[in-house]
Amino acid sequence: MCNLEFKSLNARKNIVELIHTVGNNGAHVSPVLSIVEIVIVLFCDILKLKRKDFLTNNRNHFILSKGHGALAYYCAMYEAGIITKDELYSFDVDGGDYPGQPSKNLDKAIEYSSGTLGLGLSYACGLAMSKDAKAHNIYVLLGNGELNEGSVWESAMFAGFNKLNNITAIVDDNSMQADGYSNDILSFDIKKMWEACGWNVIECDGHDINDLKKAFDIKTSLPKVIIAKTIKGKGISFIEGRPEWHHNRITDEQYELAMNELYQQEIKNGN
Amino acid sequence: MEINRLNIRTLSMLGECGAFGLALSEFAEQNKNVVALSADLCKTSGLDRFRSHFPDRFINTGIAEQNLIGVSAGLAAGGNIPFATTFSNFFSLRACEQIRHFLGYMQENVKLVGFASGFSMGLFGTTHYGLEDIAAIRAINNLTILSPADGLETYKCVIESALFKGPVYIRLSGSINMPIIYKEDYNFEIGKAITLKDGSDIAIISTGTMVFNSLKAAKILEEKGLSVKVINMHTLKPLDVTAVKECCSCKLIVTVEEHSVIGGLGSAVAEYKSKSKIFPPQLILGVKNKFEKAGNYAYMLDKYGLSHSKIAEQILQFIDNL
Repeated sequence: MCNLEFKSLNARKNIVELIHTVGNNGAHVSPVLSIVEIVIVLFCDILKLKRKDFLTNNRNHFILSKGHGALAYYCAMYEAGIITKDELYSFDVDGGDYPGQPSKNLDKAIEYSSGTLGLGLSYACGLAMSKDAKAHNIYVLLGNGELNEGSVWESAMFAGFNKLNNITAIVDDNSMQADGYSNDILSFDIKKMWEACGWNVIECDGHDINDLKKAFDIKTSLPKVIIAKTIKGKGISFIEGRPEWHHNRITDEQYELAMNELYQQEIKNGN
Repeated sequence: MEINRLNIRTLSMLGECGAFGLALSEFAEQNKNVVALSADLCKTSGLDRFRSHFPDRFINTGIAEQNLIGVSAGLAAGGNIPFATTFSNFFSLRACEQIRHFLGYMQENVKLVGFASGFSMGLFGTTHYGLEDIAAIRAINNLTILSPADGLETYKCVIESALFKGPVYIRLSGSINMPIIYKEDYNFEIGKAITLKDGSDIAIISTGTMVFNSLKAAKILEEKGLSVKVINMHTLKPLDVTAVKECCSCKLIVTVEEHSVIGGLGSAVAEYKSKSKIFPPQLILGVKNKFEKAGNYAYMLDKYGLSHSKIAEQILQFIDNL
């Protein structure tokens, strides 16, 4: 198991632990588990961000447009040494700095407020053209369901037309959304949509660390979108692909089962 | 720009959009971080001059108001001072959530300039009238709302908001060849209303284009022997409550706005008055709860009782029925 696979496994353990801790309120579960490798590769390899960097603009930027993936994002920042364990474990406490959907606070290394979908790419476009950030890379993570929002395409057209090639968008394409399977709700050719807007499209396995790294490394003259094929709920058998796990609580029994599965994966992969 | 009689006349001839464009171009000379954005309405919004002087600092998002605000917010986060423009209606209603999210919640340093508030789009019709923008934006936390009364005040609003740290919505109304309220330079401060005329019987609090009509209406009322105070409430949020408190010694408060009677200046004044020990009755003049058929600017103002004569008439009627 490579270092980033180990970190991904660790992130999943923290995710399960924390969702169990929040108890009956529940939390987003499967859309968090689907983006683990994406955010781990970003924070532990690509972005090269330290805690102090967040107080300047002379750095790369990460915009979590699918705000409900917050828990994986916090876990990845913990694995990258940007936030502390105490901060991570303040997830979803009343009045806390690390709520279920991120709230901008640069002192806490959170640079974008999200929750409402379809807005992150427009902000990324502005950053990409701004005085301080135009020399840096802007990464935006969207969900496939989020692409239903018309505002996404206003921004996609804009970035494509203006050739904002310091933007990399990543679509967590888990083929599902809040109400179930996208094929039953609203489905379209994601690749063609981005291409039509003037983007360079790269497809990859969103759970394969090397595949993700390769996708991030490709340089293009156009803005780049990585369509990362993922499994909603990845890593825990009884959560994978199950619509009821979009937002849910984890019982004590399910917690034991899930943790056990994650330990088995660790043993199997030789750590 | 030197504030002299000639320049004041020029600003008034240009109208509020023209005055905005002139002020922004001037400010952009001194501050390299200023950028201007339009959603395919560069000329209408008075930005032609800015675009030709600073082509690299002008961004056209196309007809995409939601993206316009998000891009502006990102620019602000990256150290720029963005001035984004479109029709006030398309900002406040089409992209209301983006205003809440980026300007209210995230508090990005974006300046929105919403033009053609009220009825100035005339025969373009109802879709282009800005009648609910104050109501929508006033309800959003952290926003400052400015509403200038003439060309010179527009100029001052632009400069002051560029220097002000925080999100601002500037509500532009009226058309070219605007009446002049301020014939000479004066002190403009965000959040501080200006008493244009003192009086003791009736206090008229107005904003934007309605300031001029209120001054003219006051003249008619004074001919009938009433003493009338007129206030220019150029900042709608935060409301200058001291100025409203001073009006409470009058027998009647009248608010006049080219906006819905629900949620705008009238509501803001009434909200304050509800907490006051002395609260004279209030007549809220503005756009009644009905879409009239479209017409030219003067026709629409008259239809909704916002011409100076109709304002005076309604005040006299209200006094008779008290």
